[in-house]
Amino acid sequence: MNRFLAFLRKEFLHIFRDPRTLVILFGIPIAQLLLFGYVLTNEVRNVKIAVVDQSKDYLSIRLTERLLSSGFFQLAAIPSSQSEYEGLFRSSKVKEIVVFEPDFAKNLIKEGKAGIQVIADASEPNAAQLVVNYTTAIANDFTRNEFVKDQKQPGINIKVRMLFNENMRDAYNFIPGLIAVILMLISAMMTAITITREKETGTMEILLASPLKPIQIILGKVVPYMILSIVNALVVLLLGYFVFHVPIIGSLALLLGEILLFIFLALSLGILISTFVNNQVTALAMSGFVLMLPSILLSGFIFPVKNMPVPLQIISNLIPPRWFIEINRTVMLKGGGLAEIWPNTLILLGMSALFIFISIRKFKIRLQ
Amino acid sequence: MISSEPVITVKNMVKKFGDFVANDNLNFEVYKGEIFGFIGANGAGKTTAIRILCGLSTPTSGEMKVAGFDIYRQTEKIKRNIGYMSQKFSLYEDLTINENIRFYGGIYGMKIADRKARTAEMLERLDLSAYGNRKIGDLPLGWKQKLAFSIAILHNPKIVFLDEPTGGVDPITRRQFWNLIYEAVEKGITVFVTTHYMDEAEYCDRVSIMADGRIVALDTPEKLKKRYDAANMDEVFLKIAR
Repeated sequence: MNRFLAFLRKEFLHIFRDPRTLVILFGIPIAQLLLFGYVLTNEVRNVKIAVVDQSKDYLSIRLTERLLSSGFFQLAAIPSSQSEYEGLFRSSKVKEIVVFEPDFAKNLIKEGKAGIQVIADASEPNAAQLVVNYTTAIANDFTRNEFVKDQKQPGINIKVRMLFNENMRDAYNFIPGLIAVILMLISAMMTAITITREKETGTMEILLASPLKPIQIILGKVVPYMILSIVNALVVLLLGYFVFHVPIIGSLALLLGEILLFIFLALSLGILISTFVNNQVTALAMSGFVLMLPSILLSGFIFPVKNMPVPLQIISNLIPPRWFIEINRTVMLKGGGLAEIWPNTLILLGMSALFIFISIRKFKIRLQ
Repeated sequence: MISSEPVITVKNMVKKFGDFVANDNLNFEVYKGEIFGFIGANGAGKTTAIRILCGLSTPTSGEMKVAGFDIYRQTEKIKRNIGYMSQKFSLYEDLTINENIRFYGGIYGMKIADRKARTAEMLERLDLSAYGNRKIGDLPLGWKQKLAFSIAILHNPKIVFLDEPTGGVDPITRRQFWNLIYEAVEKGITVFVTTHYMDEAEYCDRVSIMADGRIVALDTPEKLKKRYDAANMDEVFLKIAR
C-alpha cells in the first residue's frame, strides 16, 4: 500500500508541476462552460431589428410594441426608404427588418388579413430561421389574442408546450453533453497521454522491473485522473444547477453512479489507446481526432443523432458519449430512472469490459 | 570478494520473436560479488537477455534463476532483490532529485529512516548534497547517469542490471561511473552490465561475448586476451567477430 501511495504522490507532482496539464484539467472545462453558456448560444435574445411602419395605425403600433417588449428584439433602426435595407444588413446593424404594409389595421379589420414583410439576414441561416420563427409566433399570437377572438373566425388554435424545457433554455442541452465531453477529455485523453509519456521516457521499463505489480502501475496512473474527473463533473453539475438553472429531476445518486460508470469507461479507453501508441504526440492526436471530435459532433451533443445521415447514425452508436448524454438528459431533465436507461447503462458496461479486455491482451503480448 | 556461489543461473535460454531467434540457447552463471559483462554489437541479443532476467519479458524456453528465485514463478521476489537501469535515461525530469529518490525508495518499500540515511550518504558521495531540490531536467547528463545508477542501488539489491549505462557519456564521466560500480561491488552487490565499449569490458571480472544471439566466448578478460593472443579486448572482439 505504501508503494502505491508513493506512486500516487509522484503522479500528483507531475500534474501540479506541468502548466499544460493544469490548463487541460481546469482551464478547458471552464472555458467550455463559458463558451457554451454565454457565446455559442442558440437562444434569441436582444436581436437588433429595424421596423418600417408604412401604416402607423393603432394595430401596427401595438404589434411593434409587442415585438419590442418580448425581450427577444431590440429596435436598432427605422429606415425611411427601401434603399437603406441592404446597407443595414451589410453593416450588421440589424439582423431582421419588419415591414408593415400601408393600411395594416384597415385591411386586417375589413378583409380579415393584412401583410407584414419579414426580411432576415440569412448569411447565418440557423439564426435567421430562429429570428423569423420568433417574429411569426409573436405576430400570430397577437392576431389571435387581440383581434381574431372578436371576429369569431374559425381557426385552429395551437397551444404548444415544450415539455422538460419549457423556456427552451440552451443550458438544458449543453450541460448534460458537456459533462460527457469534459470527462472524455480528462479521463480518456489525459490517461492516454500520461501512460504514453511513461513509455516514451523509458521510465515504464523501470516501473515494470520494480516490485510494483502492473495493475498497481495502471491504477497509480489512473486514480489521480479519476479523482480530478469526479471533481470536474461535480463542478459542471453544480454550475449547471446554480448558474444555468438546469434541474436534476431524477435520482442524484443514480446520476452520480452513471457518471462514475462513464469515468470508468473513459479511463479504460485511455488505457486502451496507450497500449497502441508509443509517444505522447500520437496519443494526443489519437485522442483528439478519435475521441474529441466524434464526442462533440456525432454524440448528439450539438447535432441530434436522428438528423444525421444513416451511415453517421450507425457510427454514432459506437461513440460512448452518445449513450451517456442520453442517460444524462433522461435522468436530469425527464426524471427518468433505471427503468428507462438500463439499455444505455448495459452498453456502457459492455464497452468498458471490451476496452479492458483488449488492453490486457495487448499488455500480455507486449511482455512476451 | 567473488564467491563460487551463483546468483544467476541460466540454462538453455531461448527467446524467439516469430522466426527471429534473439537468444539462441544461452548458458552461463553469474557469481555473487562479481562484475559480469555482456559484450556484443547492437542487435546481438544483450538487451533481450537482460530484459528476461529482470522479468520484463518472458523467455520462449529454458531454466533461469535470479537471486535464487525461479524466473517463471517467483518474478515478484526477483524484482524485490534487483535494481535495473535501462538504456534510456530513466529518472523523472520534472521532479527534483529528492522527489525522485523518495519515489523510488517508496516503490521499493524502503523504510523512511533508512531511505533518508542512504539518500544523505549518496548525495554526499556524488557531491550533490546542495542540489537536492534541483529538477533532474536541469542537470548535466553525466550527473543524471550517476544519479540514476545510485538510485537503482538505493534499496541495496542483491544484483543490479545495467543495460548500456554509459551510452553517450564522455570518457571521464564513464571512468567516474565505473568507480561507482566498484563501490557497489564492495558493498556486496553483484553487477550485470551490458556494453559495446570494449574498454569497459576490461573493467569486468568476466565477460561473455555475444554474436547473433549466441555466447561465443565467456571468460576473464585476461584469459580471453591470452587465448586470442590480443593486446586488448577490442582485438579480442574483432578476432572473434571475424
